[in-house]
This record gives sequence, C-alpha cells and structure tokens, in this order.
Amino acid sequence: MSRVLVGVKRVIDYAVKIRVKPDHSGVVTDGVKHSMNPFCEIAVEEAVKLKEKKFIKEVVAVSCGPTQVTETIRTALAMGCDRGIHVEVSGKDYEAMGPLQISKIFAALAKKEEASLVILGKQAIDDDCNQTGQMTAALLDWPQGTFASEVTIDGEKVKVVREIDGGLETIKISMPAVLTADLRLNTPRYATLPNIMKAKKKKIATMKPADLGVDMVSRVEVLRVDEPPTRLAGVKVETVDDLVAKLKANGTI
Amino acid sequence: MAALFKARKALGLCVSGCRSLSSLAELPEMHQMMRQTCRDYADRELAPIAGKLDKEHLFPAQQVLGAMGVMAVEVPEELGGAGMDYLAYSLAVEEISRGCGSTGCVVSVNNSLYIGPILKFGTQEQKDQWITPFTTGEKVGCFALSEPGNGSDAGAASTLARQEGGEWVLNGTKAWISNCWDASATVVFATTDKSLKHKGISAFLVPMPHPGLSLGKKEDKLGIRATSTANLILEDCRIPLGNMLGPRGSGFKIAMQTLDGGRIGIASQALGIAQAALDGAADYAHKLTTFRAPIGKLQAVQFKLADMAVAVESARLLTWKAAMLKDANKPFTKEAAMAKLSASEVATFCGHRAIQVLGGMGYVTDMPAERHYRDARITEIYEGTSEIQRLVIAGQLLKEYVP
Repeated sequence: MSRVLVGVKRVIDYAVKIRVKPDHSGVVTDGVKHSMNPFCEIAVEEAVKLKEKKFIKEVVAVSCGPTQVTETIRTALAMGCDRGIHVEVSGKDYEAMGPLQISKIFAALAKKEEASLVILGKQAIDDDCNQTGQMTAALLDWPQGTFASEVTIDGEKVKVVREIDGGLETIKISMPAVLTADLRLNTPRYATLPNIMKAKKKKIATMKPADLGVDMVSRVEVLRVDEPPTRLAGVKVETVDDLVAKLKANGTI
Repeated sequence: MAALFKARKALGLCVSGCRSLSSLAELPEMHQMMRQTCRDYADRELAPIAGKLDKEHLFPAQQVLGAMGVMAVEVPEELGGAGMDYLAYSLAVEEISRGCGSTGCVVSVNNSLYIGPILKFGTQEQKDQWITPFTTGEKVGCFALSEPGNGSDAGAASTLARQEGGEWVLNGTKAWISNCWDASATVVFATTDKSLKHKGISAFLVPMPHPGLSLGKKEDKLGIRATSTANLILEDCRIPLGNMLGPRGSGFKIAMQTLDGGRIGIASQALGIAQAALDGAADYAHKLTTFRAPIGKLQAVQFKLADMAVAVESARLLTWKAAMLKDANKPFTKEAAMAKLSASEVATFCGHRAIQVLGGMGYVTDMPAERHYRDARITEIYEGTSEIQRLVIAGQLLKEYVP
C-alpha cells in the first residue's frame, strides 16, 4: 500500500474571460492568468487525505508541459504531495498534446513508480475531454472508478461512489486502479503558508516523454477555433397554439 | 563639492537599498504562491461575507486564517508560525484586506502590534507563553498604547505601574484599542518612573480576561466595523513581575519600534482596500452602459481609473521597499512612514473616486464601494496619524542633510 500518482494540469484560470486568437488557431494564452485545473485540485486533495488517513505512504504530483507547469506542481506540493515529476513537453508537441499522449505518459509512469492508484481530475476545464483517466486505465488494463464523489479504501479494494446520469452508482474495484475526481468528492484545502515553505524543499524530477518510451505524435489536428455564436433574444408567446404556429413557421416542426 | 559628495552618498544609500528592488518587477516564486493562496481565500471566503460582517459588526472567525499561517507570518516555525519574511506578511495583509478590510485589520494588529514586540523583546519563556497560542487563530492579541488624554503624544502615558510585593499593579485607562473585545491578551504600556518622562515607560503582558482589567463599551465606528474598538480600563490590575516585556523603561522604544513595523502592516491593509475599490470601479466601467456605450469609454472615467491605478501602484512599491529594507535588517523607519502615509491617503482617494465612478450605485450598500470608502478612512489615523508620519519622515530626511 504505497504510492499514488496524481495528475495536475495547468490551465487558463476559470475566472478569466477567454478570447480567441485573431487567426482562429486557438485561444490567447500569453499573459493570461493560469492555475491548476479545479478537478485536479480535488484529485490532489483526495490523495493527500488518503495519505493523512495512512492508507498510502507517498503522493507524487505529475504534470506535462513546458517550464511553467512546475508552478502547478509546486502548488500540489504545497497542498501536501511529497514529490513531483515534470514531464517536459514544449512547442508544437505541447500545442498538439492531448489525452492520448498524456495517458501513455501516465501509464508508463504508473508502472515505473509502481503506483497503487492513479488519481486524476475527471476532465480539464480547457478542453473538457473527459478521456485521460479512462484511456490510462485501458492502457494499463486496470479497473477505473470515474466521476468519483466518494472514495473508500477497503483492504486491497476501493469502493467508489460514482455520479452518473441516473443518480449515484457504487462500485468496488481492485487495486491498482485509476480514479477520476468529480466536483463533490471533497473541498480542496488552501496551500497554507507553512506548507508553501515546506514545498520549497520537496523535489521535482524532470524527464522527457522519450525517457518513458512515449511518442507524442498527435492523431488529431485542430482546424479552427471559434467563439460560441451570440445567443439571440427569444420570443414570448401567449398561448400553446401560438407556440405551435411559430414552431411550424420557422420549420422546426 | 561637499554638497555633491553628500548627495552621492545619499544616492548610494538609496542604491544599496534598491539592490533588492530588482525583484520588485517579479516577486520570488514562494511569495507569488503565498499571495495567490491568500487571494483565493479572500475571494472565496471573505469577500462574500464582508458586507454582512460590516452590517452586523461580526468579528471574523480566525480559525482558517490561523491554519493558513496568516496570523503569525513572521513567527519562526518552532513557535508555530509560518516562518516567512515581512514582504510575505505585507502581501498577505494586502490580499486579506482586499477581501475584507476589517479582517485585514485583525491580522495586522495580531502580527505587527501584538506578536511583533514579543518576538523582538520577549524572553524565550514569554515567547512560548504569549506567542505560540496566538498563531493558530484561536486567540488574538491587542496593543494598548493610546490613552483618552493622549493619542499622538505617546510619551505622556498617564497609566501607572507600581511594584507591590511580587507583582506589578497597573492603574489607568487606555483608549481606541482595536480587537480588545475579541482579544485574549494585550501588550500594555504604563509609566514605571514618572520622573524619567518617556524613558520611564515600560511594556507589560496582560492576559484577557483578568481581574482588574475591564473593557469599555464598543465604539460605533464609521468603518472596519467587524473589529471591536473600546477603552481598556485597569483598576489595580495585578500581574506577575515576569510579565514585564523588555527592560524597565524601554516601553517607549518598544512602542516606537513596534509601530515602525506596524506601519507596513497598515500600509498593506490600505493597499488592499484601495485595490478592492479600484477593482470594483474598473469592473463597473465595463458593465454600465450610458450614452450608448460602457462608461469605461468615457475619458472622464478613464482618467479617474488611471489616477487610481498609478496611486495604488506607487504606494505598493513604497510598501514593498519598506518591507524589503526591514527584511534586510536595514533602517526602514522613513520608508515605513512614507509607505503608511502614502497608502492610507491613496486608500481614501481610491475609495472616494470609486464611489464617483459607480455614481448612485456607489452610494448604496448593495455594492461594496461605500464600505471601502468607510474602511479606508481609519488608515490615515491609527498606528500614527498622517501628521505624525510627516514628522517622522521630515525628521529622518533632515538627518541626511546635516552639514
């Protein structure tokens, strides 16, 4: 019962107003405030809680990207993770980086670090993919407990309460396993000042995807990024007959 | 020629203090992280309730702030503090005050005015007894210097302390004591030797509540209403001899040195309030549409916002410089006074302009602008009035030009 890997992604802060680049190739990221993906914060909190309850010995925070992601790893360390791993990806590789490449990296690291659990956020707020956790589990051939709103360790098994469309589903899966954190799993702690000081002394190891035998080539090409169309004002009608008439008139029915 | 050398020497002093300014353009990573965590806390936990705290005069709960380490930023880890420097403290107070000016006051008073003198002048035993329990947010301290008869004239303390048996007996009244109704201890200044005038004042540590110590009625204030301010009345208040802080007769020196550091805390509080006012005004400038465009398009509004931004940034740099000089163990009295003077007047300025930008909305309690205006005002008064700051600055400045 030893080690948990937690993935943390550096994304544009949720409060920032997103602007599309003039050439429609993506969104403006230069000079824009970035922070840890909120679901990743919840994942870190859960891992640190498990460590505090003595179910696991070590929490390793992992992030993939250019130098700036070390800030995100440091925040995870300040929340209570023991050490960090920075997988260096930059330039075109970073722009094209998606769940497939990340899950290959995490799968390789999970084996290398002999992790018992990989805990990720259910999705990132920039791409909303909701794929990395599931792909990682598939690559490792490990069970997965996604959209977790409650996690309980029971010997060599994990009980996960999942938030699904119909309500809540409770499953029991064996470890090693992959979990993805949903909103109601916990409330992430603030990085306290003493912990920020302690985080200074914690180690962050650096490596490249090639060191893990992962090729970063993307099978996906982004063609164009646009803002959502401006929402037009609606029309109020007096009766159901009016509604039916209007819907018929604009061809909806 | 001599004048040139003197001027160059003064510049040299400035440059050596400025060497640390290279980091002003970008704060060290740790300070940035710390600033971010305080900002998140202020945005999520303080800003939403600040209006309520103000309306209902409720003391903000300090437990989370204590757990975050913000109640004892400079205190070393062995005593339970965060073990950070004064620049970090200044950033923390600014961010907390941006969320709630009253909470910023509580944090500043606890750190600078209560823990500050004990950390600097206390024995190890006093530090363990009087600092450690006050780092967690469970207990806060206060500072009792001013009296009804003298605010700025701190050297004329009429509160007396006499030795009787194995105890000190204190008698007198202190006025305008911030946090007193919520405090568990106080640093009190009393005259031990009247003939020595200001060199006959000593500092004492008194637990609260304590027999012989009572509190006057809470003042009904214009701003920072979530904090309590009242008289502290000492009537044959008996404390052990070991409760004297620092050597006998050093009370005035302790008070002045404590206030030097406290000024940076209050400057930071003022900055937080000023920034909150500016943030509110700038946000509103985007939203309100008048004359067929957001008011931010009007030069009249743009000029006000620009003036506010320049004022806040200038005061902030002055404050950071004072904090950095203190951290480098260099003289910082003049810079601290400049920071406090500047930041407090900037806070009032920004509070005033923000209401003007918001117009009618700025005058009603639905928007926080009116609270910032009210909260800002005290920063020009407490921990040394703006008049006293000017005297301190002039005094320090003139020393540099002695022929």
